[in-house]
Amino acid sequence: MNRVMVTTLVILVAAVSRGALAQDHVQQQQRGRQVFQYWCVPCHGSGSGLMGIPYLPGTGALMAKYQGTLPALLEERTDMSPELIRTLVRNGITIMPFFRKTEVSDTDLDALVAYLTRNNKK
Amino acid sequence: MALLPKDVSAADFSAALTKFETAIGQQWVFTRDEDVALYRDAYSPFWGEPDERLPSAAVAPDTVEQVQQIVRIANQHKIPLYPISTGKNLGYGGSAPNLSGSVVVDLKRMNRVLEVDDKRHFALVEPGVAYFDLYRHIQEKKLNVWIDCPDPGWGSPVGNSLDHGVGYTFGAFRDHFGSHCGMEVVLPNGEIMRTGMGALPGAKSWQEYRYGFGPSVDGLFSQGNFGIVTKMGFWLLPQPESYLSGIVTVPRRRDLIPLVEHVNYLEDSGLIGQPEYTSPLGGGLGGPPDRALAALLSKPQWPTDAELDGYAQQKGVGVWSVTLQFYGPAKTVQANWEYAKERMSQIPGAQFRDGERYRFPLSPEEAAKVPHKVALGIPNMAIFMIGARSPLNPTPQDGHLWFAPVIPRTGEAIFEAQEAMSKVYREVGVNVGGPLQLPQTWHPRTFVMLVGFPLSRSDPQINKRSREAFERVAQVAAEHGWGEYRSPPAFADLIAGLYSYNNHALRRFAETLKDAVDPNGIIAAGRGGVWPRHLRGSKA
Repeated sequence: MNRVMVTTLVILVAAVSRGALAQDHVQQQQRGRQVFQYWCVPCHGSGSGLMGIPYLPGTGALMAKYQGTLPALLEERTDMSPELIRTLVRNGITIMPFFRKTEVSDTDLDALVAYLTRNNKK
Repeated sequence: MALLPKDVSAADFSAALTKFETAIGQQWVFTRDEDVALYRDAYSPFWGEPDERLPSAAVAPDTVEQVQQIVRIANQHKIPLYPISTGKNLGYGGSAPNLSGSVVVDLKRMNRVLEVDDKRHFALVEPGVAYFDLYRHIQEKKLNVWIDCPDPGWGSPVGNSLDHGVGYTFGAFRDHFGSHCGMEVVLPNGEIMRTGMGALPGAKSWQEYRYGFGPSVDGLFSQGNFGIVTKMGFWLLPQPESYLSGIVTVPRRRDLIPLVEHVNYLEDSGLIGQPEYTSPLGGGLGGPPDRALAALLSKPQWPTDAELDGYAQQKGVGVWSVTLQFYGPAKTVQANWEYAKERMSQIPGAQFRDGERYRFPLSPEEAAKVPHKVALGIPNMAIFMIGARSPLNPTPQDGHLWFAPVIPRTGEAIFEAQEAMSKVYREVGVNVGGPLQLPQTWHPRTFVMLVGFPLSRSDPQINKRSREAFERVAQVAAEHGWGEYRSPPAFADLIAGLYSYNNHALRRFAETLKDAVDPNGIIAAGRGGVWPRHLRGSKA
């Protein structure tokens, strides 16, 4: 195998790997969206809450906390770090309890992080 | 490993953990501190204090056979187990055990909806199935049944009913244990037992005839510790054609007495679902009462009837309202509302207003807009508005401790309970109760005078005050003949001790059974206030 062929092969392998990685990342984000829909949306989605109050509990909490300086909907945030998301899921905050690994596994938590940080500035 | 089960050596515990790993897979045995900490009660009234009930490890089986293996291993090594379903019993103990050092048996992975029959109206589910899951299953398959769910939809029909949990729709369906039919249980010796018709091999009506033949033992497994329930059947409501609500408002405080009598008649006649009592005078989710009313309510002496009636008249509102909910064919729900109005017009000054009206099935978009979703059996999490930070509540709490005494279903009992319990709350300095407090009406035959004492994960003084309030008001309630229907583990002994008729005959009977059925005391020691012999009388 000459040098040109080796170089071409390396480039091809790298391209395929990057493509596979990108595909993996897309799948991880898709899984993260499912995790978000199942575990987070009932409190952190849009929609109306108890007796017609026009926000759900988690969304209302962030609305009150940030007073419009950050989006109240988690899916619209672009500033949350992976560490923050992991800490909140595993430690809870105020009345939001923490989640066990039979509920949100470490793999699913990685996916959730990938989804909620998808729009973060790199 | 920070914690060992009581009276278990490190060697025995280690040997048991190794066997658990062999039985169910290493990844489903949780022993690292950060993993075990996820089984703490997030709303523990002893958070971070020496008396907090903490697990030593957790195991998460996927099958009934794995549950059997766990129980047999626990018996060999005398390891205390504490089963949870979805582990979301917040305010009543969460996923933490009564006995510190117990190994939590986390049944969340057993999450199969085994059967839903929309012609005979029942379901059979595993413990890890959440109300959300069962609802989605029914919606996806377009089945013609409703579930009855508690406020937080992430709970489990099995776990909720086994703790005598409750819901919001029609009659006996709201009593979730009362509407169960048939169980499969792994007994403390590892055997599988099926109750009711399930004891008959090949039975065709396990989820329809509860009793089978011989003694009915299902109740032993609710708030009990005689086995691990691995399957459970539930009766479901056939989807009604329509829903109608109507609001009745009465002008005077004492009108609550005839109001409750009329509502009792309507409910016990099968004409209405859950009645929901409120006071138009304010408070609740609408924010705190105005200054004049707040002054009236906080007077050192209880406000008189005339003062409250006068305030209501001045504001142009009634003192009490009740929302009546009608389920059924469109023609009959309208007729029942007309009948209710005619009947309740006997209360001078009663006013009537039409509420919501739905025809079923609802589209997902329509369902999302329903203000009180649980009234239509739609699981959700909106109840977390209570206590959460919000524009109306800028200072959130970290949880709550439910105090839930059962009182008779009369207006007189409401007044008596308001005054007796609020006196304690005032003395302790907890801002709950008061002259406008109204009962929860989940149970079809009684009221629950629920309050949630605030809890904190950073301020032990708040927890101390809430514990003191709980202990004192539980005693006062018992002196009036009111007992709790449910309790966090930290207070299970206190509450069970108050059910003391004939020198604690009921508890002694349960202990006799416990000694016979679970001689090693491995299942949920202390649950329901029932301890195995070797821990009895000790402060576990």
